[in-house]
Amino acid sequence: MDAIRRVLSVIVLNEDGVLSRISGLFAGRGYNIDSLTVAPIPKTNLSRLTIVTSGSTAVLEQIVKQLHKLIPTYKVIESGEFVEKELALVKIPLSEDFNGLDAMLKAYNGTIASSSEESIVLMVADDYNRIDSFLKAVKKYNPTDIVRSGSVAMDL
Amino acid sequence: MELSGSQMVIEALRKENVSVVFGYPGGAIMNVYDEVYKQNHFKHILTRHEQAAIHAADGYARATGEVGVAFVTSGPGFTNAVTGLATAYMDSIPLVVISGQVPISMIGTDAFQEIDAVGISRPCVKHNYLVKDAKDLSRILKEAFYIARSGRPGPVHVDIPKDVTAQIAHFSYPSEIKMQTYKPTYKGNPRQIKKAIEAIAAAKRPVLYIGGGAINSNAAEEVREFAKICGIPAVETLMARGVMGDANPLLLGMLGMHGCYCANMAMSEADLMIAFGPRFDDRVTGKLSEFAKHAKIIHVDIDPSSIGKIVPIDYPIVGDLKNVVEAMIPLAKEQIQADKYKPWRELLKRYNEIHPLRYEDSNDVIKPQWAIERVGELLGDKAVICTDVGQHQMWAAQFYPFSYPRQWLSSGGLGTMGYGLPAAMGAKVALPNKTVINFTGDGSILMNIQELMTAVENKIAVINIILNNQFLGMVRQWQTFFYNKRYSSTDLSVQPDFVKLVESFGGRGFRVKTKAEFDQALNDAMQSGCVCMIDVQVDRFENVLPMVPAGGTLYNMMLEYKE
Repeated sequence: MDAIRRVLSVIVLNEDGVLSRISGLFAGRGYNIDSLTVAPIPKTNLSRLTIVTSGSTAVLEQIVKQLHKLIPTYKVIESGEFVEKELALVKIPLSEDFNGLDAMLKAYNGTIASSSEESIVLMVADDYNRIDSFLKAVKKYNPTDIVRSGSVAMDL
Repeated sequence: MELSGSQMVIEALRKENVSVVFGYPGGAIMNVYDEVYKQNHFKHILTRHEQAAIHAADGYARATGEVGVAFVTSGPGFTNAVTGLATAYMDSIPLVVISGQVPISMIGTDAFQEIDAVGISRPCVKHNYLVKDAKDLSRILKEAFYIARSGRPGPVHVDIPKDVTAQIAHFSYPSEIKMQTYKPTYKGNPRQIKKAIEAIAAAKRPVLYIGGGAINSNAAEEVREFAKICGIPAVETLMARGVMGDANPLLLGMLGMHGCYCANMAMSEADLMIAFGPRFDDRVTGKLSEFAKHAKIIHVDIDPSSIGKIVPIDYPIVGDLKNVVEAMIPLAKEQIQADKYKPWRELLKRYNEIHPLRYEDSNDVIKPQWAIERVGELLGDKAVICTDVGQHQMWAAQFYPFSYPRQWLSSGGLGTMGYGLPAAMGAKVALPNKTVINFTGDGSILMNIQELMTAVENKIAVINIILNNQFLGMVRQWQTFFYNKRYSSTDLSVQPDFVKLVESFGGRGFRVKTKAEFDQALNDAMQSGCVCMIDVQVDRFENVLPMVPAGGTLYNMMLEYKE
């Protein structure tokens, strides 16, 4: 059975140890975590986790049920209707030839986030497929470091 | 009310009507024990090992349906308790276990007897708490008891740092509880129930597959009535023994790896399986692709994650079993004709006649199955039966005549050797007027043998019957069947004198080699009023049969073993 990619938005009580309950559940039951982000939801006692996972239909169904089973879980949103964005930072040495870089950044709505005497840092925020293709395209500038944030998602 | 954290613990237990706590003190929980000393609301029973404290609370919980409570200290006190927590978690047993922890300021410094207790217990409890402030303690303890007993029951672990047990704060124990995130479903969806009844009415060969949920939900009466109205034959898992009552003509027996032939054939030939609170354990299903492959499945369970976890379900019903079956009964009365399944019942009856549960008795040596049957004849419904884990456990499940729920206490999911004696103590404390028997093996009994001391000190008169084959019998059986008789590390013929052993603790011991001696010993043990050990020398090479080898199919059982 082919693994299906799935974005889950999980709302949990913002309390001690809740992240380890979730990551422990995935590790203990052998589920995949492709990425995981977490931050408090403003003006509530809740936090939102965005988990990107993959597995067969049966496994994905179990993941959702097991997440629900955790006592601090308030809600698991699994509808396909998400705006999903990920941020990537890419460090490129100033010694590289920047020919065409401007056009590429424009195409991906990217910016130069920072620069120093040795390098510049590019920043792109987009869905994970576009980030993938940006990172492929930017390879020709020989990046020395790449950081991806993992997806955040908002249900529509 | 201003109280210290320790006083809050005592007060909360009083509000929860806890009558007994099992435990073992130590540095980090001394403040709590100081308050235990000063109070007289509950009895504290000092076990001789923390694992046994949890098993005893577990036995108490299984025997009564109440929440079992235990105290342990930090570090090794807690790690010793982990097997007990995992045992209760696998079998969905409600416990509240309170552990001491080093003071908050010392957490994370590798302090003396410090261990990340909530980190360790997380995967083997229903929920856990590390209490950081005494002002949270009343809410946390209220939640702990509520979570332990509601929904799918399970153990809850509360870790309390030593400074929190000394901290003074306001205490007001909530009378009601409403949790923002935890809301178990009790009532089944009426549409799903209606569809399930229609499926039953349309079936020709339905079978009731009853699991431990029927015990936890206290649904035995409803399940029996439903089975009777519908005339549907039933099989029980190890955890469900006692739900139908063995005298019930609709009960085919236990199913699974050591289930009886007709129960496994019923599952294999059924066109509809009505699963009441089981969890499709691998020891029940055998090879999944062949498991009940002709059957549509109705699964009633209070835990949604249990439904569809192992096999796809055609009619899922999330809810409390008692509640759901109550709703099914009036519909069943209208729509289901018990007569319709008569040919199916007759067929299964014939299966049972062809291959009944049996053993070859002997005049030279006591057969373990005989010993169990004999206790059944002599004590029947007067005894609560505990077991350890291994061959004796399977024989007890097969051959003891159970007649009511909570008569049978056994570690099913985790299969914890050493469970029997402390669990039997817990049951005896809960039910002092019952005879409590612990069927055990010469391997298992040594895993919590120190509890003889607890039993003697507290006059807990449980009767341990060792079916002594001088082997780690179940492993030896697998070595015989599947490892060409290479008996690697299973020969236990070097063993203590069990009679002297129990007597050194202050209990009574009996060595039994004949049937006459067995009856005499059981009678004397019943009269003794103290903890007893009956060391029954049984046939060394007896096997538990029939058997579905691991990964085998239910319809292809090994009915006898030929060299």
